Amino acid sequence: MSAVHHIPSSEAILACEGLSKHFGGIRAFTDVAFQARRGEVTAVIGDNGAGKSTLIRCLVGVHVPDGGEIFFDGKPKPFGNPDEARKAGIETVHQNLALIDELTVAQNLFLNREIVRRIGPFALLDRKAMKTQARAMLSRLSINMPSVNQRVRRLSGGQRQAISICRAAGSGAKLVVMDEPTAALGVQETANVEALIRRLREQGVSVILVSHNFDQVRRLSDQIWVMRAGKMVATVRASETSGNELVALVTGAA
Amino acid sequence: MSTPEQNAPARVTAGAAEESRPSLSALLLDPSFWADWASVVGLVGLVIVFGIAQPVFLSVANLQALLLAAAILVVLSIGQTFVVATSGIDLSLAAAVMLGAIILGLFNAAGYGIFLACVLAVLATSAVGFLNGLLITAGRIPDFVVTLGTLSGITGLGLILSGGEPTMVGSTFLLRLASGHFGPFGYPVWVAIAAVIVAHIALYHTRFGVHLLATGGQTESANALGIRTNRVKIAAYTISGFCAGIAAILLVARIGSAEPLINTSLLLNSVAAVVLGGVSLFGGRASILGPAIGALMLTALVNGLTLLSVSAFYQPLAVGAIVVLAALIMRYQK
Repeated sequence: MSAVHHIPSSEAILACEGLSKHFGGIRAFTDVAFQARRGEVTAVIGDNGAGKSTLIRCLVGVHVPDGGEIFFDGKPKPFGNPDEARKAGIETVHQNLALIDELTVAQNLFLNREIVRRIGPFALLDRKAMKTQARAMLSRLSINMPSVNQRVRRLSGGQRQAISICRAAGSGAKLVVMDEPTAALGVQETANVEALIRRLREQGVSVILVSHNFDQVRRLSDQIWVMRAGKMVATVRASETSGNELVALVTGAA
Repeated sequence: MSTPEQNAPARVTAGAAEESRPSLSALLLDPSFWADWASVVGLVGLVIVFGIAQPVFLSVANLQALLLAAAILVVLSIGQTFVVATSGIDLSLAAAVMLGAIILGLFNAAGYGIFLACVLAVLATSAVGFLNGLLITAGRIPDFVVTLGTLSGITGLGLILSGGEPTMVGSTFLLRLASGHFGPFGYPVWVAIAAVIVAHIALYHTRFGVHLLATGGQTESANALGIRTNRVKIAAYTISGFCAGIAAILLVARIGSAEPLINTSLLLNSVAAVVLGGVSLFGGRASILGPAIGALMLTALVNGLTLLSVSAFYQPLAVGAIVVLAALIMRYQK
């Protein structure tokens, strides 16, 4: 089994050491060290209940960890809430909480960071600018969307996921965190979202990916971290591992 | 993967689809078109039917009277729209109007001057709205229960303050407000028009408007994206209370006294106008023009039936039938 080795922290965009989180008497994870390298796709895998999602939520400020340290861009950075993480440049693509059905594509892309024009004491939305920029954001990631004026409700699961990712990447984020981005998608839609993640990486955005799908993780990521029963048990380069090895690491059969 | 050659066609198709608009015939066959425009279609239908049955209906004098009579309901419907857009409902709206009217009457009678009395009335009703919002968000009580509670609470407060007696409000300012004209419309109509314009801009052209619809659409998602949904809800209820205050001033101006009576048809009609206006009761979808025209339509219905000498007893029946019909059509809204 490969030991958990440390990457020089200057290469790490997000890292943690000795991180622990308990909910009452239930231990989510203990003493976790983890690093995501700049410009890479870093995957976190593990069985259900291994602590992946909780770890990610601690890293982006949704939960406050009980112990340990988080480093962002080489500096100690404990995030008190998701807004602080967002301001620092970490965008999270939530599993189900990403989009507002009744709003249009453009409105969703700019939700809570709307472009406004100041007219005296009033700030009015610059809808034209938002639509133009929304089209630019979509085409930069080669996302094919009939119209930015379309309500999100009418879109397919894949299109919705593409918009969530576009939204996350569009704000000039340094790091995009995705929790099971293709969990509910069909084969073709999964392929589209995977292509989108590769394009993000090509544009220099770092990505942290939580996934159940070992094949997908090997296709997409550069570095894979394995969690089991609340511990970080291994980390491997994606190019140097096999599906069987990952299964063994996740289940502890090796 | 993403060479420029591959990107280009995607951009072209996106641009081309942007230009295409559905044809008129396709629009007319689409049930959701009728659902979105129910209030306009209903208003036009009523105007045609009443115009043929009773030509007096279309006289300038009657149309002016109709608009004047609709002004209060339009203002209230706007307030209700903001609340319904957050997927809530304000059942205390008509009671707040009563409270506002009584406070206006009492402070005017106590010699505080009509302007201060008006300001205090609006402040009081806005405070009622704020309290509603606070109880619903911080207290985590369903909107229905909270506003039903404040409905009863402020009814009692109004009775206690007024001793159950109407207060005469003899003010030249209010008299002029009620009967004065500017151009073709009376002042109350202008107040309603101003309210429509301000509310329309707030809903469609400000960050608050987008956040309001996001809060009503999916509160959890809006929260996750950093929108302070509780604040948005409190603001919506406060706006509703503010509108009740404006309506109270118009009402006192119209009838010349402040009465400790709740006009329940105002409450029901405000909800009816919102439904007719194509606003989703589940939140997230709203317009201002729709409910305003819905309010106009309900007033036209009552006005037309009166001109046709239909007994006033039939009017609530007609309103009820139309609202249920509108709700049925809304099911086709996409």
